[in-house]
Amino acid sequence: MAKDGLFPDINRRDFMKTCVTVSAMLGLPFGMVSKVAASARASDSRPAVIWLHFQECTGCSESLLRSTHPTLSNLILDMISLDYHETLMAGSGHQAEQALHDSMLANKGKYILVVEGAIPTKDNGIYCKVSGKTAMDSLQKAAEGALAIIAMGTCASYGGIQSVGPNPTGAVGVRDLVKDKPIINIPGCPPNPYNFLSTVLYFVTFKKLPELDQLGRPKFAYGRKIHEHCERRAHFDAGRFAKAYGDEGHSQGYCLYKLGCKGPATYANCSVVRFNDANVWPVSVGHPCIGCTEPELLFKTAIADKVQIHEPTPFDSYAPVDLKDKGKGPDPLTTGVIGLAAGAAVGAGVMMARKLPDGPEKGADHDKTE
Amino acid sequence: MGHDEFQKHEARIFTPSFLVLLVLTLIGFGLVALRFVKGIGAVSNMSDGYPWGIWITYDVATGTAIACGGYAMAILVYIRNRMHYHPMIRSAILTSMFGYGLAGFSVMVDVGRPWNAYNFFLPSKWQANSAMFEVALCVMAYTTVLALEFLPAILTTLEKTEWRTLQMLLDKLHARTGITRPERLDERLESVKELAAWLKPRLDKVLIFIIVLGITLPTMHQSSLGSLLLIASTKLHPLWHTGFLPLLFLINCMFIGYSIAILESVISCYAFKRPFETRELAGMARIIPWLTVIWLLVVIGDLAWRGQLAAALSLDFYSRFFLLEFCLVAGGSLLMFSGKKRESIRWLFVSAALIVLGGALYRFNVYLIGFNPGKGWHYFPALAELMITVGIVAFEILGYQVLVKILPVLPKLHTRQQHDQAHGVAEKA
Repeated sequence: MAKDGLFPDINRRDFMKTCVTVSAMLGLPFGMVSKVAASARASDSRPAVIWLHFQECTGCSESLLRSTHPTLSNLILDMISLDYHETLMAGSGHQAEQALHDSMLANKGKYILVVEGAIPTKDNGIYCKVSGKTAMDSLQKAAEGALAIIAMGTCASYGGIQSVGPNPTGAVGVRDLVKDKPIINIPGCPPNPYNFLSTVLYFVTFKKLPELDQLGRPKFAYGRKIHEHCERRAHFDAGRFAKAYGDEGHSQGYCLYKLGCKGPATYANCSVVRFNDANVWPVSVGHPCIGCTEPELLFKTAIADKVQIHEPTPFDSYAPVDLKDKGKGPDPLTTGVIGLAAGAAVGAGVMMARKLPDGPEKGADHDKTE
Repeated sequence: MGHDEFQKHEARIFTPSFLVLLVLTLIGFGLVALRFVKGIGAVSNMSDGYPWGIWITYDVATGTAIACGGYAMAILVYIRNRMHYHPMIRSAILTSMFGYGLAGFSVMVDVGRPWNAYNFFLPSKWQANSAMFEVALCVMAYTTVLALEFLPAILTTLEKTEWRTLQMLLDKLHARTGITRPERLDERLESVKELAAWLKPRLDKVLIFIIVLGITLPTMHQSSLGSLLLIASTKLHPLWHTGFLPLLFLINCMFIGYSIAILESVISCYAFKRPFETRELAGMARIIPWLTVIWLLVVIGDLAWRGQLAAALSLDFYSRFFLLEFCLVAGGSLLMFSGKKRESIRWLFVSAALIVLGGALYRFNVYLIGFNPGKGWHYFPALAELMITVGIVAFEILGYQVLVKILPVLPKLHTRQQHDQAHGVAEKA
């Protein structure tokens, strides 16, 4: 990319690396890289993104801050136009509110709304307010002009820890309030930043939502169970389990299922994409998966609870070494018939041989039958 | 040589043996129909462990060897230039034609998805590196070649026919139904005769090339029948699994071919009450022991080289079958080494029968008895499966029996003798 181009700070090599990474993440063929790159490069398609924070811990943003390809600065300055983000933006107070208002007005119907955190609904939503407006109002207003909404993290997706009983603030996820906009859930506590990034670039590139599952999660990231690609899977199949933290099996890297790992019930790509650019994720450092992408698991089951494995896809027993008899052997009728036929044939052969002339045959009797 | 050295066997077609064979044939083909309606499992005991049962082992692997009479005779007559055996060739070719044609038919009965068989005729679907493909191609080509080789017998008959049986049948038919006979029928029948007369000399001219093909094709695919089992190195017992399988199958088919030609001649002369062709048979019998000696030497040498001699003599299940096969072939050959025994029709019959049995048992050993696909698998042919094979064999014999009575197949008696005398004079000169 030329120095005087649209993004003078990013060199071509880094840019293409990013596009290749994103294409691979999305499971796109290599040839699509150029298309992704073209979409990311075009200035008019740099999507405006408005990021709202509600009841949350900012862990999702923290996670995003730790992405390196692209780095967050590349992302928010070059690839998307992050017009409002309370944690990251320089402005504050009325200035910040002005930016939000301006962007929503200027990009009406075109911006991507990212929501981080659950929305309290009890008592007219008074438990979360920003600049005097309740989260419910802010969401409603921002959602009206949004092209699509990305619910970042489990709280925004399903309500998260705030919504766990007794749920004093009546917290819910975006999908419980907004019904008329396409919503993509990127659950996780926190979600992998690349799942978010890939979703945004998919949307920018193809101008449509990626394929979603029944919980609104993009299938390219949440299509398979963690268990299916877990590096400890071989131990599971072989029946080698860590039974307590720090025990022999745990130090040997055995399967964490008996410590409560939710991997067999959790749809996410953590075991493949991993975190922090250091190829780590909870299971790799010895902690069981807590099922943070599943509304029914996270904070609703104890960490030590074992999930029910409904489909033990691995064989739970080995094929017997001593195989049973297969195929049909001889039956009395057939052997009898063969015996009789063979006996008759041999007998007939012998009788015939006895009748045949023994000794040289003269050619003289050749004319007999003529 | 010429086409007039053969003659029809003048006898009744509908004999008691004809009826027995007809019944067996009908049972067999009825079961074949059942197989196509209800599937292979309904009639056979074949399984995933034993996908090749009695049909492949007997009808294809052994049947084509037994049908190698035509091949062996063609080598003798045309390659070794022993023209005085020529009168015997047509009956050998007829049996070969039945053997090969029905081997191909058996494969169609045996294949699991016969509706895919048309792919065989599409060159784009060929897998030219496959031994099985070679066998299939050669069996099909050789059946065609044999039919062409046999065609002169039909053409000669057509050329001279008076259509007597046909006319008689037509007369009866028309008398019964009251329909008038089409006017141009005689004309058309005449044109068929003319066509036969036109075709025969032209066919004679190219027949030698067809014969060359007829010698090449069995050489190719008989060795391939052995190659088929090379892949089963873990399944075939080491007594039989060797890199020499193709060579052993080739030699095996030759000595079976000559022996079966002897057996056929003896049995048909005995059954049709014709004089025995002792001199020709004795001459042919001189070749067989040399072939079997080569074969036995390869077998023993190979066993010794692979260190399996002890296994061959261990007298376990496999060893017994091996020894039986070996003794049958060796015993038959020993008898044939004696010049005096070769002059005796009885001993010719016995020794040829021993060799055919031993040679056929070798093929059974390789394809079925020495084949163990793994622990737990069993196979023994079901009765229905067996009856299909019996029906096919019965059909072969039936066809032979009928065709020698309506076509000039068997050697002409007096001309052959004259021919022999003439040949003897020529040799002396």
